[in-house]
Amino acid sequence: MISNLFNRKIFTLLKVQYSNMLEYRVEIALWAISGIIPFFMLNIWTNNNLNESINISDVMLSRYFLCAFFVRQFSVVWVVFSFEEDSLMGKVSPYLIQPLNPFFRYFAQHLAEQITRFPFALIIAFFFFIFNPESIWIPNLGILFLALVSTFLSFLIQFLIQSIVACLCFWTERASSIERLLFIPTLFLSGLLAPVVSFPAYIKSWIYLTPFPYLIDFPANLLSGNETNISGGLSMQILWIFLLFPLFKKIWSEGTKKYTAMGS
Amino acid sequence: MNLRKYLKVYKKFLHTSLACELEYKTNILVDLITAILSLIGSIFLLSIFFQNNRSIGGWEFEEALIIQGIYTILNGITNTWFNPNLTEIVKHIREGTLDFVLLKPIDSQFFISLKKINPSGFLEIILGFFLLLFCIRINEINLNMSFLTLTLMTITCSISILYSLWFFISTTTIWFVKTWNATEVLRSFLYIGRFPLNSFSFSLRIFFSVFIPIAFITTIPSEVFLGLSQLWKILLEVVVASVFLITSRKFWLFALKFYSSASS
Repeated sequence: MISNLFNRKIFTLLKVQYSNMLEYRVEIALWAISGIIPFFMLNIWTNNNLNESINISDVMLSRYFLCAFFVRQFSVVWVVFSFEEDSLMGKVSPYLIQPLNPFFRYFAQHLAEQITRFPFALIIAFFFFIFNPESIWIPNLGILFLALVSTFLSFLIQFLIQSIVACLCFWTERASSIERLLFIPTLFLSGLLAPVVSFPAYIKSWIYLTPFPYLIDFPANLLSGNETNISGGLSMQILWIFLLFPLFKKIWSEGTKKYTAMGS
Repeated sequence: MNLRKYLKVYKKFLHTSLACELEYKTNILVDLITAILSLIGSIFLLSIFFQNNRSIGGWEFEEALIIQGIYTILNGITNTWFNPNLTEIVKHIREGTLDFVLLKPIDSQFFISLKKINPSGFLEIILGFFLLLFCIRINEINLNMSFLTLTLMTITCSISILYSLWFFISTTTIWFVKTWNATEVLRSFLYIGRFPLNSFSFSLRIFFSVFIPIAFITTIPSEVFLGLSQLWKILLEVVVASVFLITSRKFWLFALKFYSSASS
């Protein structure tokens, strides 16, 4: 009974957010286009034969960057910006009275946006294959499934990190600058701009202990068929989720205790 | 045009927006750290490209650092002036407050482009400047008057082109209402400005010098900095910059004809 109710709530939320997102499809298309940086990076790598030194062929590298593009498309998180706006405008108060954690609302928003984004990402991939016909490949179903799971886990990790940052709004009001700070290591260390294998040894020695390579590099390697430790990567992703989730719950309960509505 | 009046108004703008931003002190501190990390990240990325190669697209590491320095300065200017103001246009148009701007006895483009300032971009400008000073030393460039004037001139042209691009996209809001993400697309294309143009394949090079003149924004000033640039390139940059400035101005006046205030 309870789980049934829960399912209905999630389903309704998703449906509402999906129709909401469809209204902004042009905007979401532009979002998708703004994610093409990996392709420019690929161009630098192959055009200067930089990949020879890390033993990845042109084709494998182009698949890697295409997958990095996809993983990034489906793990973009912006919850902190929504939450900051809502909390500054006083919209959080009505959400708090509802018998549902407001983060479910944002979560549904993100999922709905990903569904809306999917066709645009496919179109971009289609153009990519027109320019690079030799890199077409079909991953087998098992790998595809695992890659989907790991992309979703990567999305979950980022969603949890950003939700924790968003909760700081209860204390500082403007938490998005902290998110911009965290975005810098995410950008450079996650493998979006250069695969982690190409990093110098002094970085590689500790980077696998941080969550960053599991955000883009691991799912992209998995999907593109590059060499990677599948079970190790997945378990690290799950480990990070288990570490972050209690932290989020803690900071959320502390924050809501501290929260007072505007004007009180 | 009364220059003294505009200067006086600008002083007031500076005063109010600085006072406004300084309310969020921790925010500024976090932004400062972000700027430093971001520069470290880009140099790290550059060093990955160069770890097994002497030169990329004819640029050595020491020379490529110049591009990085100029990019950092321009990015700082974007974050200080263009970004906070021109995203405001979107807000003005959505909420119908552009009416108040148009009614003021002052040029609307002046008001809209310079009203706000974000002090955290200053550090980026300073960082970029120091990086350039460092580059002067490691590249053994001798300073003289013609070098300084040419560098200043080309950088001013780059700023004009950059401003025009931002302003151009923001102006389209008058028709499309929501163009936040269009500026995001521009941002991701500008990211390419961190790398020498010659490191890209031929077709991308054409694209980045004709459609989005990123070549003119960072590569030509860097060539001037190294004393490599031919005169025709500098003249071309001046021409391109003035064409951009004039068209963006004309385009704004043209777009205003289509502006009808909210609910009219």
